[in-house]
Amino acid sequence: MAPTMAEQPTRHGPLELHGLSVEGVNQCVHCGLCLAYCPTFSELGTEMDSPRGRIHMIKSLAAGRIALSDSVVEHLSLCLDCRACETVCPAGVPYGRLIEAAKAEIERQRPGRPLRRLLRRLSLRLLLEHPALLRLAAASLRVYQIVGLQGLVRRSGIARLLPGTLPAWEALLPPIPGASERAPLPPLIPAEGRKRARVALLTGCVQAVVFGAHNRATARILAKNGYEVAVPPEQGCCGALNAHGGDHERAVDMARRAIDVFERAGVDAVVVNTSGCGAHMKNYGLLLANDPAYAERAMRLARSVRDISEFLGREPLRGPLGPVPMTVTYHDPCHVVHGQKIRTEPRKLLAQIPGLKVVELQESDWCCGSAGIYNLTQPEMATRLLHRKVNHILATGAEAVVTANPGCILQIQAGLRAHGSEVPVLHIVEVLDRAYKSEGASTAPSETSPRSIAPAKPALDRAGDVAP
Amino acid sequence: MATLTDSRKRELRRELETVVSPGAVLSDPDELLVYESDGLTLFRALADFVVFPTSAEQVAAIVKLANRESLPFVARGAGTGLSGGCLPAEGGIVISLMRMNRILEIDYDNLLAVVEPGLVNLHLSWAVGPRGYYYAPDPSSQQACTIGGNIANNSGGPHTLKYGVTVNHILGLEVVMPDGEIVWLGGKTRESQGYDLTGVFVGSEGTFGIATKAIVRILRKPQAVKTVLAVFERIEQASGAVSAIIARGLVPAAVEMIDHLTIQAVEDAFGCGYPRDAAAALLVELDGLTVGMEAQAERISEACRDNGAREVRTARDEAERQLLWKGRKSAFGAYGRISPAYMVMDGVIPRTKLPYVLGRVNEIVATHGLRVGNVFHAGDGNLHPNILYDPRTPGEEARVVAAGAEIMKLCAAVGGSISGEHGIGLEKTDFMPFIFSATDLTFMQRLKSAFNPTGRCNPGKVFPTRKSCGEAGPVAYRPHPIEEKGLAQRF
Repeated sequence: MAPTMAEQPTRHGPLELHGLSVEGVNQCVHCGLCLAYCPTFSELGTEMDSPRGRIHMIKSLAAGRIALSDSVVEHLSLCLDCRACETVCPAGVPYGRLIEAAKAEIERQRPGRPLRRLLRRLSLRLLLEHPALLRLAAASLRVYQIVGLQGLVRRSGIARLLPGTLPAWEALLPPIPGASERAPLPPLIPAEGRKRARVALLTGCVQAVVFGAHNRATARILAKNGYEVAVPPEQGCCGALNAHGGDHERAVDMARRAIDVFERAGVDAVVVNTSGCGAHMKNYGLLLANDPAYAERAMRLARSVRDISEFLGREPLRGPLGPVPMTVTYHDPCHVVHGQKIRTEPRKLLAQIPGLKVVELQESDWCCGSAGIYNLTQPEMATRLLHRKVNHILATGAEAVVTANPGCILQIQAGLRAHGSEVPVLHIVEVLDRAYKSEGASTAPSETSPRSIAPAKPALDRAGDVAP
Repeated sequence: MATLTDSRKRELRRELETVVSPGAVLSDPDELLVYESDGLTLFRALADFVVFPTSAEQVAAIVKLANRESLPFVARGAGTGLSGGCLPAEGGIVISLMRMNRILEIDYDNLLAVVEPGLVNLHLSWAVGPRGYYYAPDPSSQQACTIGGNIANNSGGPHTLKYGVTVNHILGLEVVMPDGEIVWLGGKTRESQGYDLTGVFVGSEGTFGIATKAIVRILRKPQAVKTVLAVFERIEQASGAVSAIIARGLVPAAVEMIDHLTIQAVEDAFGCGYPRDAAAALLVELDGLTVGMEAQAERISEACRDNGAREVRTARDEAERQLLWKGRKSAFGAYGRISPAYMVMDGVIPRTKLPYVLGRVNEIVATHGLRVGNVFHAGDGNLHPNILYDPRTPGEEARVVAAGAEIMKLCAAVGGSISGEHGIGLEKTDFMPFIFSATDLTFMQRLKSAFNPTGRCNPGKVFPTRKSCGEAGPVAYRPHPIEEKGLAQRF
């Protein structure tokens, strides 16, 4: 096999997968500076599981050099889509877009067996698009948990008999909060004090029923800072899960719907408290670039999207903030730090809370393995990365982990629990909310669930609430 | 070169799996594809297997197996090399050392560490950093490249100017020889008896064997560091300033030059603070004792201003310094912002020839209808003209190679060399006769055959195998003139 310098075989025309441009592969000059920052490459040392290797595969796929074989599917599917490589890439390769196109092509060519297709359809389309159904599903799960069935399933090990990835789903299942917390937020939450602006809050799909407390806390701290918060009740899912999961068509539909809804809300910004949604909505402009009716509106809306830390971190918080005397460490969710390049703002926010000590976490911006539903589809790699994350967390000696994304919270909490640690994992809005409440001058009704209360030092025990 | 039948391949795969583990052997063509090139995409070659050993014993067993089967083999680290040095030029087995990346021992008192070859260069400095130490050789790819690859290429880096190259920081090596024997070269002491085989091995580009452990020096971090950025309107002024700095007896830790086109790329990438309208900038770093540092920095500023610098400033804090270095060290990758591919040349010239050579380089590249970005170790006279091109344009690769050859000839003609730190690899084999006589090359071949008598360890590298370098397409073996004259023998 003599080395060659022949021209690479290329198809004519632009490089595409599933109708999505992957021209970005040509920005990769193969320097390899991304390698050591890729979690899967760090774990495996195999070039196919590195950003550079995957780009090479995507390029070869689009150029018709290789087909979508089992091994190519395996390596592309092992990508977390954490986009850490984008942060370090000097060439500016739009990696997230490339891997999403590749995953869409995989879904097209390999929809899987009927059961998988059914589950996928059920989760990505039916549930995400119909909040009422999602609420019904949550209510059923709540019953499953409170009548003791879950405990029975877990103790008996019967979960292992479930097909496919269902056992992993079961293990990660968070405690579904009571009906009061699952109830939608009021459509308008007035600003406290001098009004600064009117913003909309994305309450999310899964977020709304599982982590309603985060949404309530977000609305409260926004109000405390002088923002009027609109919560359009007709808002649905932003489509991020569909886009990341390779369901491009539906992602586009959902984006159009979200644009309609938030345009009508007439707000200065759309505030998001989940990392994947924020990163995805900021990408609406590109997603709808070829839709004449939506292209410009999509750009405009995308520009108004703000992660909660980014939004509040621009200027000092409006006081008074009460003390939250504990030591915490901060985990950067991938689609906040890499997807949206928000790194200093959350730390700035935490630094303003009296009594709160923040210790830096080693590899704080490395994926915890949650990555959307990665922990369910790739449990082995997800677990390896989770162990890595948990070990770093335990080394800090922090009494709580603060982060900014529900997926990370579930994953890290499960990891800590598996290590026998009771350290709770909190959303940054919960910590801020607590600081406002700690001052004792809150005007908002007390509606937080037990899970969202971080007990003060020394007994920080939220794990009991998480593990039923 | 043996062609393996499919059934033989399957048998060999099973054997390799017994040596390592089932998850540590690749033979699927789609997987081998991503190993077809390193940081230099101009050359591609496919292996039959990629194997991931975790110990010297496993490496030795793989090497013995390869010998038994008369298969060539080559070690590979992160694959960030820029000369095709780790390509399986004649097929066979790629031995990836990425799963041998542990730090086995750190001896702060004796200023050394024992590491495995797959360890990422920067990770060593991270490991010893909290105690106030670091590993000095700092190739620009140090965030990804491995110590093993650094040893193979005797890598340098910006701080080479003051601290020397990799060979100056390696005390001893455990090596799997090309016949599969495991030997130690050098050791933990500063001086060793007998031949300096460590010195011979470092820089042998994987043709003398495979290092499986390295005893490396670690240094105390300097008490103080000062980083000066000087901005010039003309590139000759920057060249003049480099000469002036050295001529005035100043010994900076690094003197790096970055030209206009490269500034655009790195500013697009990370917004590092280089002025976009500058023709060239110099990044000068001083390190050492706090006492006298201020005065030295002032003398450097003076040398720059005397040569026409329009602005000279010192990095205000560590963050600004890091950002400037980030720009410098990411420059090659940043070319992706302005071009789909680049080929970097690694010529070394006497520093005094900088203005002339830089001018000529620009002319040569322009003659071939191409663009060039320059970012390099000016203090060492180690040039890195990066020829930008688009591999999709028919014929462009051939023009790049032709321009590269002219640049190499130019470097040799002014009394320089064809490689400072990237190695000869596959890329520069045909340029070797520019700087070495037939006798020199024969002597080197004899040394190689002492280590690697069968030639199976990383074949096709370092020595010229082709008549000219402008040809494209599969490279067929043709005897080199020096072989025809009986001066050299191809093993």
